Amino acid sequence: MIALTFTLLLPVLGALLLAGLRSPALSGWVNVLFSLLGFSSAVWLALVVLDQGAQGGGQFYIDHFNVYLIALTAFVGFSTAIFSRPYMYHEIERGRVTPLRLRLYHSSYQGFQFAMLLALSTNNLGILWFALEGATLATVLLVSLYRTPESIEAAWKYFILCGVGIAQALFGTVLLYLAASRVGLDSEQALHWSVLYQHADRLEPAIMAIAFTFLLVGYGTKVGLVPLHNWLPDAHSEGPTPISAVLSGLLLNVALYAVVRIKILTDAALQAGTLHTPHLAGYFMMGFGLVSFLVAALFLHRQRDIKRLFSYSSIEHMGLMTFAFGIGGPLATFGALLHMTVHSLTKSAIFVTVGHASQIAGTQVIERIRGLIDTQPVVGWGLLIGTLAISGFPPFGVFTSEFLLLTATMQSWPWLTLALLSGLAIAFAGLFRHLQPMVFGAQPQGQVPLRVNMVPVAIHLLIVLWLGLAIPSWLSVWFDSATRLISGAGLL
Amino acid sequence: MSSYAQLPVLEQAILTLSALVLLSSFALLAQSRVIATIKTFAIQGMLLTAGTLLVAADSGERQLYISALLTLLLKVIFIPWLLIRQSRKLGILRDLDTVIRPGFLLLGASAMVIFCYSVAQPIERFAAGITRDAIALSLAVVMLSMLMLITRRKAITQVVAFMTLENGLFFAAVTTTQGMPMVVELGVAFDVLVAAIIFGIFFFHIRDSIETLDVNQLSRLSEADE
Repeated sequence: MIALTFTLLLPVLGALLLAGLRSPALSGWVNVLFSLLGFSSAVWLALVVLDQGAQGGGQFYIDHFNVYLIALTAFVGFSTAIFSRPYMYHEIERGRVTPLRLRLYHSSYQGFQFAMLLALSTNNLGILWFALEGATLATVLLVSLYRTPESIEAAWKYFILCGVGIAQALFGTVLLYLAASRVGLDSEQALHWSVLYQHADRLEPAIMAIAFTFLLVGYGTKVGLVPLHNWLPDAHSEGPTPISAVLSGLLLNVALYAVVRIKILTDAALQAGTLHTPHLAGYFMMGFGLVSFLVAALFLHRQRDIKRLFSYSSIEHMGLMTFAFGIGGPLATFGALLHMTVHSLTKSAIFVTVGHASQIAGTQVIERIRGLIDTQPVVGWGLLIGTLAISGFPPFGVFTSEFLLLTATMQSWPWLTLALLSGLAIAFAGLFRHLQPMVFGAQPQGQVPLRVNMVPVAIHLLIVLWLGLAIPSWLSVWFDSATRLISGAGLL
Repeated sequence: MSSYAQLPVLEQAILTLSALVLLSSFALLAQSRVIATIKTFAIQGMLLTAGTLLVAADSGERQLYISALLTLLLKVIFIPWLLIRQSRKLGILRDLDTVIRPGFLLLGASAMVIFCYSVAQPIERFAAGITRDAIALSLAVVMLSMLMLITRRKAITQVVAFMTLENGLFFAAVTTTQGMPMVVELGVAFDVLVAAIIFGIFFFHIRDSIETLDVNQLSRLSEADE
């Protein structure tokens, strides 16, 4: 548990230190340093858990499911910090950000990391709620960092819609607490997930069904499920690009993680009772997931802003994962876990590349970003390969996970494969009709290359490629233990 | 279910206070003057504090006294003070945020209260005493604040609606489960405090960028064709 203490304390220290650090050049490096230390202790924590099994049981509880998300969050947080240092420095040179706002930015960046790690590692479902709300609070002033009317609007929407959405989840948590106190759990432990999990079959199904509905709508707002998604494309597109990368790559995962934890409890409660259809939670998630997937795929076609385009792609993929967790079985769950990983890595890589691309073109409007591959081949190729990976081309990892999801759907809901396949085709067309001219079109006169750091992008995409070609056995065992935890049966 | 008169006196009092909280939500819904909206919000906070104290006396939960104190400090004193101070600085304290068709709005709100009772219906079978009514009433407060949120045009009244929403949730926790574990309540209170401060900062950002606090003007980002 020392590893966990380090993982959680480092971002807090970083946030406090960076709030007081005046030098813009230095603070970028300090941010990278703290992210690196955070990542190292997350790896340490993962090694401990993989070696000794689930840890904790008080306020914190670490098992195979959340430790993999903790490691992923710390890793993407680290590589995005590497990208963010020169990017934000460039923004200061362009005069879009003042040194004071940069301090706010760096401090909030670490604060946001802390909120996500706390949400992932806590055992207490009440703390999970306020950590997720804390993640919103930490990022709302980052979305409006540029102070343009658009970014203020995006931040206001983000604040109000996410706040109202997540309030539903608090109501659900109160109902969950009611159900728990009715089976006589001690009031200090009644919201502890590990305790609830042991007594899940005794929780009152009628209350659990209502509680799950509220929790799904609440956390589903943060996942970006249609029709609760309106804030997402705005918030992800108007803020600085490193924030888009961590919002799209990480925060959505954390919110989905919360939904899955609640689903495990609800399933156990409903299957023990006789009142309701036992798979109510799964059906809800399948419905929301499929609608989000299809609607977002269609919306890809009419985007004019490059960051909005990839935000809709995030909604599409989160929909797919929600759908897969909804189906439930070991195969679908394994696929969804893998998809969470590869989507995070690919999407953050894409946003980093998009950040470079829009700095080269001086705009985020798709129509005015042209000929990237001529101006700066490495950015053009990065964007092309990233988009190929995210649309599910072999041999990338997204293909593997989507293939697993399709197989699982074929197994239990054969007719829905049609919807999935057509959705994937629509999404592919939607991405490539915009991508083609941006990468290969004629470059505008006077467009010059920038100094960029594509190493994080290359590392992310190589990992995704590696996961597509061969998943190492330790990782598949890791995913399999998580699958067993969620769906009750393993795959291997 | 036992009728109102058969309940113990304290529970009757709690139920009456719950109804008064809901009544204050109705008052907020139809209120158009900014200053009056903030004051009604403070009154709702006071009712909430009184309700929490009653539940504390009824159940003997010590930690509820702390919750009551937190509510008093946060929702009766700090947030109304902050909102009044900011709106005075922005010069919008006496402004009107016109409510369109208040009659229809209140009728719709009443329909929503009935809906909330029907949602809470399944809980009746196994919940003792006033739990079901408490859930229905606090859910109604939540719904009414969402209704207020979508009918308002000014940033400041939207914030009041947002905070009322939190009031409803807090009230649900107090009346149905005698509060949440202390660590959770402290966390939620901290979130509310930070949210209030960020809102306070935000008013100035909105005014600086669009020169008004009318959130109708925030309409640049949309999927609809121009």
